[in-house]
Amino acid sequence: MLAHPDLTQLIFGRLTIDQLPLHEPIVVGTFIVVALLGAALLGAVTYFRLWGYLWHEWFTSIDHKKIGVMYIILSLVMLLRGFSDAIMMRAQQAISFGHSTGYLPPFHYDQIFTAHGVIMIFFVAMPMVTGIMNFVMPLQIGARDVAFPFLNNFSLWMTISGAVLVMMSLFVGEFARTGWLAYPPLSDIAASPDAGVDYYIWALQIAGVGTLLSGVNLLTTIIKMRAPGMTLMRMPIFTWTALCTNVLIVAAFPVLTAALAMLALDRYAGTNFFTTMLGGNAMMYINLIWIWGHPEVYILILPAFGVFSEVTATFCRKRLFGYASMVYATVVITVLSYLVWLHHFFTMGSGASVNSFFGITTMIISIPTGAKIFNWLFTMYRGRITFEVPMLWTVAFMVTFVLGGMTGVMLAVPPADFSLHNSLFLVAHFHNVIIGGVLFGMFAGVNYWFPKAFGFRLDPFWGKCSFWFWVAGFYFAFMPLYVLGFMGVTRRLSHFDDPSLQIWFEIAAFGAFLILLGILSMLMQFYVSFRDRERLRDVTGDPWGGRTLEWSTSSPPPKYNFAFTPCIHDIDAWWQMKQHRYQRPLQGFQPIHMPKNTGAGIILAGIATVFGFAMIWYMWPLAIISFAALIATAIGHTFNYHRDYYIPADEVARVESSRTELLGHV
Amino acid sequence: MSDTSIAMGSPSEPLRFHVEGEHHVENGTLLGFWLYLMSDCLVFACLFAAYGVLGRNYAGGPTAAQVLELPVVAVNTTLLLLSSITYGFAVLEMQQNRRAPMMAWLTVTGLLGAGFIGLELTEFAHLISIGAGPQRSAFLSSFFTLVGTHGLHVTCGIIWLITLMVQVGKKGLIPANKRRLMCLSMFWHFLDVVWVGVFSFVYLMGVLP
Amino acid sequence: MSIKALRGLLLIPVALLAGCHTVLMSPSGDLALQQRNLIIDSVLLMLLIIVPVIALTLLFAWHFRASNKEADYDPDWDHSTMLELLIWSAPLLIIIALGALTWVSTHKLDPYRPLDRIAAGHSVPADVKPLTVEVVALDWKWLFIYPEQGIATVNDLAAPVNRPIQFKITASTVMNSFFIPALAGQIYAMPNMETQLQAVMNKPGDFEGFSANYSGAGFSGMHFTFHAVSEDAFAQWVQQAKTSGNALSRDAYVKLQQPSQDEPVHRYATVDAGLYEDILTNCIQPDSMSCMRNMKASDAGAMRSSNDSTGMAAMPTAHP
Repeated sequence: MLAHPDLTQLIFGRLTIDQLPLHEPIVVGTFIVVALLGAALLGAVTYFRLWGYLWHEWFTSIDHKKIGVMYIILSLVMLLRGFSDAIMMRAQQAISFGHSTGYLPPFHYDQIFTAHGVIMIFFVAMPMVTGIMNFVMPLQIGARDVAFPFLNNFSLWMTISGAVLVMMSLFVGEFARTGWLAYPPLSDIAASPDAGVDYYIWALQIAGVGTLLSGVNLLTTIIKMRAPGMTLMRMPIFTWTALCTNVLIVAAFPVLTAALAMLALDRYAGTNFFTTMLGGNAMMYINLIWIWGHPEVYILILPAFGVFSEVTATFCRKRLFGYASMVYATVVITVLSYLVWLHHFFTMGSGASVNSFFGITTMIISIPTGAKIFNWLFTMYRGRITFEVPMLWTVAFMVTFVLGGMTGVMLAVPPADFSLHNSLFLVAHFHNVIIGGVLFGMFAGVNYWFPKAFGFRLDPFWGKCSFWFWVAGFYFAFMPLYVLGFMGVTRRLSHFDDPSLQIWFEIAAFGAFLILLGILSMLMQFYVSFRDRERLRDVTGDPWGGRTLEWSTSSPPPKYNFAFTPCIHDIDAWWQMKQHRYQRPLQGFQPIHMPKNTGAGIILAGIATVFGFAMIWYMWPLAIISFAALIATAIGHTFNYHRDYYIPADEVARVESSRTELLGHV
Repeated sequence: MSDTSIAMGSPSEPLRFHVEGEHHVENGTLLGFWLYLMSDCLVFACLFAAYGVLGRNYAGGPTAAQVLELPVVAVNTTLLLLSSITYGFAVLEMQQNRRAPMMAWLTVTGLLGAGFIGLELTEFAHLISIGAGPQRSAFLSSFFTLVGTHGLHVTCGIIWLITLMVQVGKKGLIPANKRRLMCLSMFWHFLDVVWVGVFSFVYLMGVLP
Repeated sequence: MSIKALRGLLLIPVALLAGCHTVLMSPSGDLALQQRNLIIDSVLLMLLIIVPVIALTLLFAWHFRASNKEADYDPDWDHSTMLELLIWSAPLLIIIALGALTWVSTHKLDPYRPLDRIAAGHSVPADVKPLTVEVVALDWKWLFIYPEQGIATVNDLAAPVNRPIQFKITASTVMNSFFIPALAGQIYAMPNMETQLQAVMNKPGDFEGFSANYSGAGFSGMHFTFHAVSEDAFAQWVQQAKTSGNALSRDAYVKLQQPSQDEPVHRYATVDAGLYEDILTNCIQPDSMSCMRNMKASDAGAMRSSNDSTGMAAMPTAHP
């Protein structure tokens, strides 16, 4: 092959042996560790003969509950990657002063902060949110599955495909060195000729297909598949927030797709959308990306608000205060989230009137958000609060999030933003709302719904350890960044001259270390809970004294969720059933119509990964072949008309009677 | 939404908390597809916006008035609008369960669509040959991308149309196929609407001084 | 309590921050000072609601804990019209106040607006013309051109104290952000576009300036010193450049423009005429296809409608 350089180039494109980072000891070390762990994992799966089980029960599953769980597993795995990036950055900034340039050259450091942002938003926060919505929402509305079960599986695998591409960039070539939004002209081919930005584009485009389809899917599910009696104003708040989030996904992600497509055309086809020559305009990209980007943060935070609403009502053993105003606040936030994007670049030279308009719309969002905080506050008022782990996360959220909200409004005042923009103050602000809001919310959600998914609770001791390490770590890691912002320190620097800053970076690094302990405690919590699952077992299906429908079925729920579709008369449907001493029916079961598993999703996403990889490395023949295969497989799949089956009534009766038996033991 | 009276029970009776028997939910395919179309519409909105921003940035290259030929586009537009009408006829036949005439109308639709694509490709080839390719200026970049994305959608529509014709041929007009035909119908008319936008916004306004 | 007194109260933590050189809280330029006051005022306004919320959260969480049997328990209480009115109107009132403050201050502190005062109570004397400095963000260093003095420097900036400065800012290849925290807020530096900053320094001293927008490998080293000096010292500083003997010709610029990291200070005694405009319009190679003057010539009137001399608008939306 080496004798034919042209042929080699045709097949491998611009991928050469030099692109493997063999000269970077950190990367090689990481690769060895990952490879060993991966080999061990694959070996274990083979040894325990789990491939068949995984394939039939999980990978090809179209059950929304399993898909939800797989989303969350993806997100936790990627959290480890994203956090490794974070702790490397913290270490670099803590030591890179004066003559010391730290241990990461800019080439490596710049990839790390880009990858950290991309991974944390797209492959940690998004899958976590999507996973919880997938698992919880159909149960909350009394549905058997989502509207398009196959599409759901396909969406999951497309998201995983994007994550795989990002992970590949660690060992094959490099990731983008542009910051997480890849602003041109820096991301144009002239300034970033390597494969890094292409990894970024294709990973996000492929994962974006998954996200968009999942948005359409969940939206249709909520609109069409609610149980009888569940009017819009009787939907649980989490379902409301899921509805609004999916509206935002459907209305925002196409903008990202279009912006990235234009960037890709600039890089691949030599067009002039965002170049500095021949009439291009980079400011258009910055506008477009934030027209997606700002709704994106609400896509993440709204479901977290939903989780807090459910958790607060449950653990205060009280109806949620101000249900209607909570709903209106959610809707108002959804609408307003489209009217604020310009506040991300007040410093780009817009006029004072434009800047103040966007500054004021941004502030207006804090009104419904404030109303929500008060609603949770008055739900606690005259409640009977039990401080289980989810409730701890909620209280920590309320305190932390209002601080983040305050700094957010400070940044929304344009003249203040001129000083604070792009500084570590800004970095502290968005970590304050994303960690203190989204992540705390998702951790509350995971602790809250885990027993529903697996039939045993998570160990509270390790849960509390994780909670305290995380919260303390958050304050140690980000309060110094607020101070550094006031000291005029800008973000994304890999080296500092002023030694007086160092102490603050060291405190921040200590905070990151505490967060590491928090993450380890969380892993420990999963392990201990699995080990002690008999001790933590819940056979009632309702371990917390829940209020919404998901707690009315068994834990884990049967494939069909509900043997009989529930009828709803109240916001807190299950609570009302309990008040009326509702007895679940023990006979009269009927066959249940369910969708069948399919491997098409994973196969399509696998081909999409190959296609993305081929495009990144200019392997044109492979790209053409894989694209053709993608279309052919998709069309082939449409010829499969046998997509559903009936669970026989006997089977339903058997499952239900075994639950009756369990309940009898309590 | 599936709000049914069986759930309510009269005030005197105790509340019913579950549906006796199997509860059938409405099929959501058409709604889901419509939602997808709205998201696709936003992709076009962005491309229109890009054209709006860049459409006069000729960078010393040819202007819209110099390169856009209205007569060709008029023919093109006619083909596409006609294809929407013929798809409408196909749907009417489908509702009568008359397979053969429906297939005929679908064939006509596909041919009109192919004619549209053919003309568009000729136009593109001509532009590139006179040095007015998408690399020449921001105006041409946004022009090619907007028009080309629409053309790509029509191409996908034609492939889908052929696939559906094969499926109807194999399985007949079963409910699943009818649903698919309705989805493609929405898609096809949607592309027509987008084209009306392209035609007015790019071509008509482009040749204005 | 009046705003003044509140501001005084808040100065305690501010003083603590100032103790560790927080430049934003103890700035030296009038614009930065007004921005600081705005930050403090907005924080005060928000603390009106933030403090009670945090206090109530902790109080309720403690008081209504399940083990406290003394506490009231009312599981069905979920609505109170009075309270709901209050929880919507309280943030609303604060945002109305803050919104008004924002509208006024954004217009007053617009970086494009010519200054009308040097410091609180000192308006700009009628005979003082602002000092013009043309700023170019290069990969990865700053070029400052002084058109009146006819000199240029790299990574070294000086200006007389209490004289308004008009910065005209652009970039060569990628986007940066021009930021001297002690002087005023930042503004993006973008290729082929010009942004502006009008500012004034009130205290003499050496201050840090840098790029606040990540721009690639050499970004960390992209900083410079801003010397705020007396008129005499400024004249000397200009003289220093004049005697350096270097000339910033177009060729020298092309060499300078090549990416480099941690660039030392350069001084140039002369600058080619129209260099800044050529950088701004991509016309360093005047016959290049991407030179905007050529574009303008060939499609007269087709360029974006902008009335400045370069034919380029620097704003996503036209600046008034």
